Amino acid sequence: MSDQEIDPVSGTETTGHDWDGIKELNTPLPRWWLWTFYATIIWALGYMIAYPAIPLINGATKGLLGYSSRAEVAREIALARSAQARFLDQIAQMPVADIRKNPALFDFAVAGGAAAFKVNCVQCHGSGAQGGPGYPNLNDDDWLWGGTLEDIAYTIRHGVRFSDDEDTRVSEMPAFGADDMLAPAQIADVADYVLRLSGQKFDAAGAARGQDVYAENCAACHGAAGGGNRETGSPDLKDAIWFYGNTKRQIMAQIARPKHGVMPAWGHRLDDTTIKQLTLYVHSLGGGE
Amino acid sequence: MATAAYSIVFGLLGLASLAAAANAHDSLFAFHAWLVAAACGAVIVYRLMTHRFAPRSQPDSGKYLDSVVRAGTIATLFWGIAGFAVGLVIALQLAFPALNLDWSFTNFGRLRPLHTSAVIFAFGGNALIATSFYSVQRTCQARLALGNTAWFVFWGYQLFIVLAATGYLMGVTQSKEYAEPEWYVDIWLTIVWVAYFAVFMGTLLKRNQPHIYVSNWFFLAFIVTIAMLHIVNNLAVPVSLLGSKSYSLFSGVQDALTQWWYGHNAVGFFLTAGFLGIMYYFMPKQVERPVYSYRLSIVHFWSLIFLYIWAGPHHLHYTALPDWAQTLGMVFSIMLWMPSWGGMINGLMTLSGAWDKLRTDPIVRMMVLAVAFYGMSTFEGPVMSIKAVNSLSHYTDWTIGHVHSGALGWVGMITFGAIYYMVPRLWNRERLYSLRLINWHFWLATLGIVVYASSMWVSGIMQGLMWREYDDQGFLVYSFAETVAAMHPFYVIRAVGGVLFLAGALVMVWNIYQTIAGRTRDEAPMGTPVPGTA
Repeated sequence: MSDQEIDPVSGTETTGHDWDGIKELNTPLPRWWLWTFYATIIWALGYMIAYPAIPLINGATKGLLGYSSRAEVAREIALARSAQARFLDQIAQMPVADIRKNPALFDFAVAGGAAAFKVNCVQCHGSGAQGGPGYPNLNDDDWLWGGTLEDIAYTIRHGVRFSDDEDTRVSEMPAFGADDMLAPAQIADVADYVLRLSGQKFDAAGAARGQDVYAENCAACHGAAGGGNRETGSPDLKDAIWFYGNTKRQIMAQIARPKHGVMPAWGHRLDDTTIKQLTLYVHSLGGGE
Repeated sequence: MATAAYSIVFGLLGLASLAAAANAHDSLFAFHAWLVAAACGAVIVYRLMTHRFAPRSQPDSGKYLDSVVRAGTIATLFWGIAGFAVGLVIALQLAFPALNLDWSFTNFGRLRPLHTSAVIFAFGGNALIATSFYSVQRTCQARLALGNTAWFVFWGYQLFIVLAATGYLMGVTQSKEYAEPEWYVDIWLTIVWVAYFAVFMGTLLKRNQPHIYVSNWFFLAFIVTIAMLHIVNNLAVPVSLLGSKSYSLFSGVQDALTQWWYGHNAVGFFLTAGFLGIMYYFMPKQVERPVYSYRLSIVHFWSLIFLYIWAGPHHLHYTALPDWAQTLGMVFSIMLWMPSWGGMINGLMTLSGAWDKLRTDPIVRMMVLAVAFYGMSTFEGPVMSIKAVNSLSHYTDWTIGHVHSGALGWVGMITFGAIYYMVPRLWNRERLYSLRLINWHFWLATLGIVVYASSMWVSGIMQGLMWREYDDQGFLVYSFAETVAAMHPFYVIRAVGGVLFLAGALVMVWNIYQTIAGRTRDEAPMGTPVPGTA
């Protein structure tokens, strides 16, 4: 190799190759690189001895540590369960009303209800339980189906207009416009009357005409004074809380072709303890009765 | 004769496509059949228009077939801008969901694969085809093999891109990440890829050099392995030969493992090995120094090739995948660290004796930054493959940040460097229009990448920590919607990073356009103060 070319800058010999002007130095492998590479290989071999690694005909090597990710999950869940078991067992056995009387247990149940709410309920009711168009706000005291512990628990268990649960809460406002029960002019008039009931700006002549229409068609469910009816889940029309909007146009739309929300029956999906905790959490938000 | 033969072959293909369109089972397949028929028609029209009845001299019969490389360079720029722009759109959609426009063609679910495929396969793929054709001819001192087959590879690949992209927008997908195109597009890509392999291999076989240069090992590994990955992962049974839908041969966890064996090695062999091929040719050429270590290139090539193919299961930590496969995916990823870094060392150390070029040559600066990002991502990757780290990072934006420091930093920057190197040589220009504009491109892109990656680190780690946050009573603290709301500011910052990166790429397009037009900008050389400033 006496004819080997030496690169003048680095003083290293080249390989003698020349590709389109590119040459290569014959620099040895950097020691730190090689030793780090060896170290990762040794570490890998050690890890493979310690953990499941080599597939065999039936199953795989178990590893010296006997690790299994399924067992690990089961262990962590069992640990979390046992840490909460004392409270969970009490909640399972006690009626919700009694849980409220025990401060430590009540605290725990509300925290658990909040966690279950974050997973199951926020998609519709919002992460602050503030609701949205068509989804009730749970922080106020305006309840469609009642705000006692029993009412809330029933709604959670059986849902609203949920066809797979025969005990679900049901109500349906007739489509006064779509089914030709009221003429468009009457719908406009009764909307003005509803605006008057709720203390908003209204057309006096329309509201006067609408009063009779209301008495004949609406009062049966929403009440003569417009205070609503929890037996039928009929909203209170006097307050400032609106499900589908408070403008005349929105009110007319809801009379003519009403929208109806659905809430799933959680009794089929969540265990009884969780439902009790959810009940206490929702009840504690501010409007519980 | 040739024109007649072309017209007959493409005419028959076009008629077959029309028949397929007429009998298609769904309108999506019919649209694609129409598209193919239109492409056949375009070929015939082009042949007839350029037909000469007298013998003529070949326009591109020089030592090297460079016209196809020129076309590939333009295509790389075109798809690059398209891919970056769609990326910016979907980044903004994540920050401001109203930009989905409530229209199926523009929703995030369809635009996201359009973005990933446009940057990886259209931008990256065209860059790889163009640079590999450029460098294999020069390092072998031989013209591309098999006549005009290289042109078939180029146009066939563009047809693949158009079929894939229009398919995504219309909703044709087999729901495999980075392998979304349906069976008929996969078959077409296989044909094109075999032609690519034949041209590349043929050129190596007729080389006028005793040895094969290291960049060609990487290119060959990329071409061969991608063929294998593509074919196996896309094995599927079409519902009908005249319909767009197919069912994968795999199901359940086998499907997931096959998919991530493919997905990870698309990163390994497309975005790593292929672009190392670019680095090994263009970096020593631009720096004008010998490659640092021949021995290192051999050892790191073979160790990289051997280890990479096993690392895919680290995408499936803590899933139904058996523990032993997760272990292997993790340890192979750790062992991959040094083989990956071999390329970084060889790239950076090639600068020894020429470090002053960082001051005067923005192309070298770009290539060095590319290699630095390569080093960073190939360290970050093994770290993220460790199960304890992965339990935090998986499914979060950290992964998105990792991918982009590799894609924007390594793949993007080394491609830009190679394009800046090739263009004056391909179009016989004395020099580029402006070196100072390259400097602008460098800083815009660098800032963009840093903003992008750091916002995604913060967002991703925050997201992971919020998901696993339990209070002292053992209850979940945050709802998913709260973690989404917390990420909003970082999504906005990320989009700003995207704007910077796209702006840099537009500066490049302007610079290249002016260079091809034969203009040079009157400017002070880099490394000297601009006249008039102190």
